[in-house]
Amino acid sequence: MKAIKEHKGRVFPLNRANVDTDQIIPKQFLKRIERTGFGQFLFYNWRFDEDGKERPDFPLNDLKYKGTSILVAGENFGCGSSREHAPWALLDYGFQVIIAPSFADIFYNNALKNGIILIKMEEAQVNEWMEKAEEGDLELHVHLEKQEITDGEGNTVAFDIPAYHKEKLIHGWDDIALTLQLEDKIKQYEETMQV
Amino acid sequence: MGQPKTIIEKIWEKHVVHREEGKPDLIYIDQHLIHEVTSPQAFEGLRLANRKVRRPDLTYATMDHNVPTIHRENVKDPISVKQMEALRKNCEDFGIELADMFHPDQGIVHVIGPQLGLTQPGKTIVCGDSHTSTHGAFGALAFGIGTSEVEHVLATQTLWQEKPKTLNVHVVGELGPGVTAKDLILAIIAKFGVKFGTGYVMEYTGEAIRNLDMEGRMTVCNMSIEGGARAGLISPDEKTIEYLRGRRYVPKGEEFEKKAKEWLALATDEGAVYDKTVTIHADEVEPQVTWGTNPGMCVPVSGSTPSLDEVENKEEVRRALEYMGLEENQPITSIEVDHVFIGSCTNSRLSDLQKAAEIVKGRKVKDGIKAIVVPGSFTVKMEAEKLGIDQIFKDAGFEWRDSGCSMCLGMNDDIVPPGGRCASTSNRNFEGRQGSGARTHLVSPEMAAAAAIEGHFVDVREYKARVLQ
Repeated sequence: MKAIKEHKGRVFPLNRANVDTDQIIPKQFLKRIERTGFGQFLFYNWRFDEDGKERPDFPLNDLKYKGTSILVAGENFGCGSSREHAPWALLDYGFQVIIAPSFADIFYNNALKNGIILIKMEEAQVNEWMEKAEEGDLELHVHLEKQEITDGEGNTVAFDIPAYHKEKLIHGWDDIALTLQLEDKIKQYEETMQV
Repeated sequence: MGQPKTIIEKIWEKHVVHREEGKPDLIYIDQHLIHEVTSPQAFEGLRLANRKVRRPDLTYATMDHNVPTIHRENVKDPISVKQMEALRKNCEDFGIELADMFHPDQGIVHVIGPQLGLTQPGKTIVCGDSHTSTHGAFGALAFGIGTSEVEHVLATQTLWQEKPKTLNVHVVGELGPGVTAKDLILAIIAKFGVKFGTGYVMEYTGEAIRNLDMEGRMTVCNMSIEGGARAGLISPDEKTIEYLRGRRYVPKGEEFEKKAKEWLALATDEGAVYDKTVTIHADEVEPQVTWGTNPGMCVPVSGSTPSLDEVENKEEVRRALEYMGLEENQPITSIEVDHVFIGSCTNSRLSDLQKAAEIVKGRKVKDGIKAIVVPGSFTVKMEAEKLGIDQIFKDAGFEWRDSGCSMCLGMNDDIVPPGGRCASTSNRNFEGRQGSGARTHLVSPEMAAAAAIEGHFVDVREYKARVLQ
């Protein structure tokens, strides 16, 4: 996993609650056996019609949001299936940060494992950013180390993130390598519990 | 005696391998189940890092997500073939037992785990599938994981996990006649929403839960994730023990009796405290039908779709009704279906099929409806055929298929076409879940069967009184 300390980017507002992983990446695209190349299928059924043409009413198709890398969404983002293809698709498309009032548990873990910064933010602030991005153009600067988000006008908002998650992102740790350092303890557990 | 504990705390404490201030716990995983769709990248990761599978003996694989349920000898989709071949090779290379597409133990991973006795009380069980919560019916702590976590478990047999908060879903009273486990869990999600369980492990308690058989309990635990909880479980009791006795992977003889005692002792202690408790009255639950695009968008069959004036999340409801092709205030019984799917890890076990067969026996599927039954495993299929259940469905005009996930998520050819409307016994009614543009209504097997005969949703209790004299 690549280390990430901060990220600066423009905001794509997805003003919907309960965005499920079937919407983030529909099942017909789960059949690759690689981790890459899923970005083209992100939000596929919202972005494209049955003939594969772009749907003009879905905001991600608006040229204005081209190149955005921070996704701001409604509550319970990423609910549903455990498919890690969802964070793979988001990251591959270019989203490095997701801000929402709440996230589904499995999605949160999956995204974190892939170096996506997930920020839980109170709804009023999420709505404010959503409106600003809808009305004009919003750029945010996320400082992971300082746990602060700054907008273009210099307004700064603090955010919470579990210390352990923050460390992992900042150092880009490989979980498995870390765990294997505890192999003696795992062995000991197996002997004691007779598994 | 120490302080009274919940089963969740008891299982957790037994599985902590390493605990350190400021970090999640490192917990041991007793059983890892894998399938063809979420595992290839995990094995690829192992190979790239030159790592081994730590405990192939605690790992079990099957093919379920994209297997065809008809003409298996000739899989048409080359990418599905590639995923299945990858799993076969991975299992061979790393020494993992595999029930492949033609194996007599093949089936939906959450159906075969309990059937083989791999699922046992007190175990930690994971699988790269969110409906792993199903195994909680046995008093196991079972939850879905992503592919990176699959790789982590393969390599280390452990996972870093935050100790979950505990949520008691207390069901008071008894379910009425004709009301099923599926109706109960749908009513729970309708009442408390799709994220009331986020951050928690649920325990279902109360008389109505005790009265459910093991297959009903699996249906309830299966949908814990639709309420936001990664895991949901039920304390083991005599029913749990009797279900497991004699199954292939449980101990035999005296060893089993010893285990059974340990298992029963796992049950939540009298007076144990949960972080949160919610309560629902079983006797108020009616047969349920979802009308929208998440499992919380659900009403009793006697009800109607919501009125836009009366909801807070107007935009969400408006979009859901539009996607579903429904009007506001539309009576549920006026909704006509063109597809019926009886299957999935929620409702494809023998008792599900038996109950649906009672409804269709001697009747015909309404013209214009495509109705399929997909048993949850090859074993379920064989057992049903021994009882003549297949013939009842076939005579009524249902297709009788081979086992797999099938039309629950449409990764094989079993899909609902754009604009099609399906009465489905599965667990998710998300947009496009059963096929692009497909509209899904989640119901119990009995309700799905009755909709197949009548062509629209009916109250199965009323149907039984009218038709099955």
